Amino acid sequence: MQTPGPTSYQRARSVEAAIASLAEHGPGARVVAGGHSLIPMMKLRLASPELLIDINDLDELAYIRREAGLVRIGALTRHVDLLRSELLAELFPVFADAEQVIADPVVRNRGTIGGSLCQADPAEDLSGVCAALKADVVLQGPGGERVVNMSEFHVGPYMTAVQAAEILTEVRLAVRPGAGSAHEKLERRAGDFAIAASSVAVWIEGGTITDAGVALAAVGPVTIDARRAQEHLRGQVPSEALFEEAGRIAAEESMPMPDTRGPEDYKRHLVGVLTKRALRKATARALHQEA
Amino acid sequence: MEISIRINGETVTRDVPPQTLLVHFIRDTPGLTGTHWGCDTSNCGACIVQIDGRAVKSCTQLAAMVEGHEVRTVEGLEVNGVLDPIQQGFHEQHALHCGFCTPGMMMASRSLLDENANPTDQEIRVAISGGICRCTGYKNIVAAVRWAAEYEAAQPSPTKQEV
Ligand SMILES: Cc1cc2nc3c(=O)[nH]c(=O)nc-3n(C[C@H](O)[C@H](O)[C@H](O)COP(=O)(O)OP(=O)(O)OC[C@H]3O[C@@H](n4cnc5c(N)ncnc54)[C@H](O)[C@@H]3O)c2cc1C
Ligand code: FES
Ligand code: FES
Repeated sequence: MQTPGPTSYQRARSVEAAIASLAEHGPGARVVAGGHSLIPMMKLRLASPELLIDINDLDELAYIRREAGLVRIGALTRHVDLLRSELLAELFPVFADAEQVIADPVVRNRGTIGGSLCQADPAEDLSGVCAALKADVVLQGPGGERVVNMSEFHVGPYMTAVQAAEILTEVRLAVRPGAGSAHEKLERRAGDFAIAASSVAVWIEGGTITDAGVALAAVGPVTIDARRAQEHLRGQVPSEALFEEAGRIAAEESMPMPDTRGPEDYKRHLVGVLTKRALRKATARALHQEA
Repeated sequence: MEISIRINGETVTRDVPPQTLLVHFIRDTPGLTGTHWGCDTSNCGACIVQIDGRAVKSCTQLAAMVEGHEVRTVEGLEVNGVLDPIQQGFHEQHALHCGFCTPGMMMASRSLLDENANPTDQEIRVAISGGICRCTGYKNIVAAVRWAAEYEAAQPSPTKQEV
């Protein structure tokens, strides 16, 4: 029987109160959102927080809204709400692609975007999605707010830029013209973490890719920002040959480890194939012709 | 710590350690062992209950996190001796064999029909995909949910607006 070890529990009444409590109790205190990563880790004694600060009552952190060139997603927004959001489906369909294959609908009722990013599990799909979209995250601490780009957010396996007494409050996505995005994942069975996954975003203007994001999940110690593949795409006219080459480069940039989900060369091969497919789909979406 | 949770409309209050999982809080309540507890790893779905109407795996929430919210378990399906259509559907379509997965399957399917009165077979399959059945197989479970949806559609309901 797996149960979490001894801990204390507190329910936060406001973001400020949660931050104050984190500051007061030091490194032994941990925020709990959906609990769908933290509670399993506590059962396995991979995490043994002395105090849990529950932020589930902070409705002010659960929203998806468009404001002045930005889409803002509150940290407590649950997977199910990301999946159902019409705004995201229209502007960033990569979310719906990913959410259909993240865990199962029951887990999706609880898990949150903030928890997914802060967990910093290299296999987390949303980390790839937000990295490909070049999202910013807002971190609030005792001294106020700061904004960190996804490219600097994951600093190591299960390690993020979130400092002591800080809380991730919001994910920000810039709305830019000509955007298309897609997520391709291969899993062993429905609801499992990825064997490999590729999240892609392209911005196309006048027939040319002006900017691109390619991020890989489950094929390295952290979510991999495939920078060389992005560089290769930038300034080019989309074509099958271009996607093929970008996939090949992304596969080179991946750092898969052999495990029960498959050997290294298989995962690397998958990265190439999934990236190519995601690029094809994202491009078709950018050009408003569904693949 | 003292925790009070409304389960199937009745308030249950007990003094438990803060790390107590919701599934154990429920099962340690006399008369509420219908919610099962299987894998412990958030995978099997035997422990699914509704929290404020949404299906949740109760082995992956602390009881403390649910204080002040409404929990509905499989025991809450039957009302005044009348089985919920989901339960009738499982009976009619032979959707259980050993019955271990059944409470979770029923709560996941009840949540589906609450949101989507006329789901496709694919939507039913997705809705129960957080549960694992090791003996009946899923075909009869899907048929049971379909049966319940059709049964509910055939009932004259005072809340349904004729348009
Ligand atoms: C059976 C199962 C299958 C899954 N499959 C997948 C999958 O296929 N793909 C996938 O991507 N994920 C998967 N997940 C993970 C799931 O998406 C989790 O819900 C998610 O990773 C964590 O979100 P949470 O809200 O539950 O976080 P929690 O467990 O509450 O927290 C996780 C970590 O983040 C911290 N944290 C949470 N919120 C904040 C915040 N706002 N600010 C600062 N720190 C915070 C916590 O302190 C903790 O360290 C699966 C989970 C389960 C149980
Ligand atoms: S016991 Fe909760 S999912 Fe298996
Ligand atoms: S009926 Fe036996 S596990 Fe489903």
